[in-house]
Amino acid sequence: MMEPGLYHILFISAALFFIGVYGFLTRRNLITMLMSIELILNSVNLNFIAFNKYLWPGKMDGLFFVVFIIAIAAAEAAVAIAIIINLYRSHHSIDVVNDEDLKY
Amino acid sequence: MPNATIIALIPLLPLAGFVLLGLFGRKVFRNSSGILATVLLLASTVLALYTAYEYFFVYGKVDSIYQKFIPLQLTWLEFYKGLSIDMGIYIDPISVMMLVVVTFVSLMVHIYSLGYMKGEERFPVYYSFLGLFTFSMLGLVLASNIFQIYIFWELVGVSSFLLIGYYYDKPSAVAACKKAFIVTRFADLGFLIGILILSFCSGTLDFQTLIQRLTVPGSSEFNTAVSYSFMGVSAITWGAALVFVGGAGKSAMFPLHIWLPDAMEGPTPVSALIHAATMVVAGVFLVTRLFPVFAITTPNTLVIVGWVGAVSAIFAAIIACTQTDIKRVLAYSTMSQIGYMMFALGVSKYGGEAGLGFTASLFHLFTHAMFKALLFLAAGAVIHYVHSNEMKDMGGLRKQLPITHITFLIACLAIAGVPPFAGFFSKEEILLAAYQNNIAIYYIALITSGLTAFYMFRLYFNIFWSKPYESHGESHHGEGGFVMMLPLVLLAIGAAAAGFIPFGEYVSSDGTPLKSNFHLQFSIAPVVLGLTGIFTAMWLYRSQNDRPAKIAASLNGFYKAAYHKFYIDEVYVFITKKILFNLIGKPAAWFDRNVVDGAVNLTGATTQAISVGIKKIQSGKVQQYAIYFLAGVIVLAALFIYVWK
Repeated sequence: MMEPGLYHILFISAALFFIGVYGFLTRRNLITMLMSIELILNSVNLNFIAFNKYLWPGKMDGLFFVVFIIAIAAAEAAVAIAIIINLYRSHHSIDVVNDEDLKY
Repeated sequence: MPNATIIALIPLLPLAGFVLLGLFGRKVFRNSSGILATVLLLASTVLALYTAYEYFFVYGKVDSIYQKFIPLQLTWLEFYKGLSIDMGIYIDPISVMMLVVVTFVSLMVHIYSLGYMKGEERFPVYYSFLGLFTFSMLGLVLASNIFQIYIFWELVGVSSFLLIGYYYDKPSAVAACKKAFIVTRFADLGFLIGILILSFCSGTLDFQTLIQRLTVPGSSEFNTAVSYSFMGVSAITWGAALVFVGGAGKSAMFPLHIWLPDAMEGPTPVSALIHAATMVVAGVFLVTRLFPVFAITTPNTLVIVGWVGAVSAIFAAIIACTQTDIKRVLAYSTMSQIGYMMFALGVSKYGGEAGLGFTASLFHLFTHAMFKALLFLAAGAVIHYVHSNEMKDMGGLRKQLPITHITFLIACLAIAGVPPFAGFFSKEEILLAAYQNNIAIYYIALITSGLTAFYMFRLYFNIFWSKPYESHGESHHGEGGFVMMLPLVLLAIGAAAAGFIPFGEYVSSDGTPLKSNFHLQFSIAPVVLGLTGIFTAMWLYRSQNDRPAKIAASLNGFYKAAYHKFYIDEVYVFITKKILFNLIGKPAAWFDRNVVDGAVNLTGATTQAISVGIKKIQSGKVQQYAIYFLAGVIVLAALFIYVWK
């Protein structure tokens, strides 16, 4: 059985990233869009881990970055969900198409 | 040595009055404000008289020359080492004499106003302004450097402005105070530039040092001042002439005199104090302060001073003969008499016998303060009684106002130069100085003295004789009581007796006593002319007749021109409204409206247009933003990878 190399992981990461972007650009449901953002963040995390493991195995920098990104992603999710709840209260919908009046 | 504390108290007491009445006048000193201010000024006057006595008779004279003292010198505003504006006290015969004049006349006016201004709504404000004025004027005469003079110069200007505009609900008073302020301020611009030139040339602001450096030929400052030139005229001449412009503005010399007649809108005691006895002679005082520079370094400027004075003297005398408002007659008379003082300085030289004009000028300043303040206060008593400034409402008042009548007559005799009243002596000295140095000015002065006698007695006969007095039904409160009559009597004594003071003994251009020699045959011409003027006035105005009207008709054009003050006001209006307004004001307004405002508006309009265009980008579609963002990131990434490597 072949040991997975750096390229395998980078491929998965890139796939994850574009799935996230695609989801963010095409989904209409705000919760789904939030999940897409999580996918993008996680693809980045995967990159950090992979580079740390294969290029500088003795160091921990990439791992620490990942821990911070997870913390920030959690905070960001809390804020985003708060916004979504407020939008739901005022617009009775969490569909992004119905929020187009949020402009100048 | 002079006592600095005592001298400093002389201006500081009126200042204390100003501060107290200004802050608490309305509440605390509602009824006692006049008394408080008068008592403070009385103390000031006593100190001034004491200082004068000590200076002239105890310590002032050393080796028969009056010394100059600086008992107090404080650094007030230091820019850097060697350049600072100081506040000091400068004691010499001129400033001591001025101290006495200013405090005495101001005290008289304070007492007089207790009666004249009684019942005024803003009584405490009036007294606080009087205190401010007295403080500023005393600070001006005591100033030890030229910048200190400038500061106090502006302060007297602003207190004059406040007092002219005292009746601020009268539009004419408001216009008059603005006019006085703007005209004198305009002249002060010249003064400021003159100060800068003089202090730049001499490297100092201090009077003693400045005079010393600029009058000794050969010193480096003297050479700088004489060798720098602008438009063919040396820097020192420019400096002295510009300083004189400031003095001419304050002293209402032709052609900057237009504010003085209008300034009569103020309360009459104010006219007596500011526009007759003290502030308007500040210009004369200024020239005497810098007299050595004028006389030794730039005699040309002194010629200008002389001619401006002579022209103003005769010009104002002619106008005074035609005016019907009694305060305006007195205003033009003041201008004419200050013209006398100015040309007396103009014909003088520095030092010794040749400095006769200098002594004569200050002597006339001294006697003029007495009789002109008296004339104004007496006119105030008349106006108080008649409730009108116009001659036609008066006449036959000698029964109703006996004390005013006698004191007014004394003042008229004094100003007309009838011996042995004060004006006779000072005028004789001026005429003698003019005779010795400039015969043309002498003849102008002689004619002016005849005209002076004529217009003063025209005033006198019109007020007190002419026709029996008809009451217009006004409430009759008599002559004005003790407080109004006391100053008249005291000033009348001054006007009658001040001429016997051997003035040259005390005040002269270089401090050495000047013997006043009296030439009997020389006095004949002016006295005869004066008497002619008086008898002409008597013939025309003693009782009502049609002679004045006939003479006025025979002089048709000239009379009308003089009646309209030779249209100087109209010339000013023409220059400002037609020429300055059309040539400078209108183009400047156009430039402002179209170019300056245009640039601002263009910026605004452009920003607005752009924002209208780009606000479409903010569509509210979140995913569209994300695409823009993504596209931007891709473009940047491409640039980093392929272009900027």
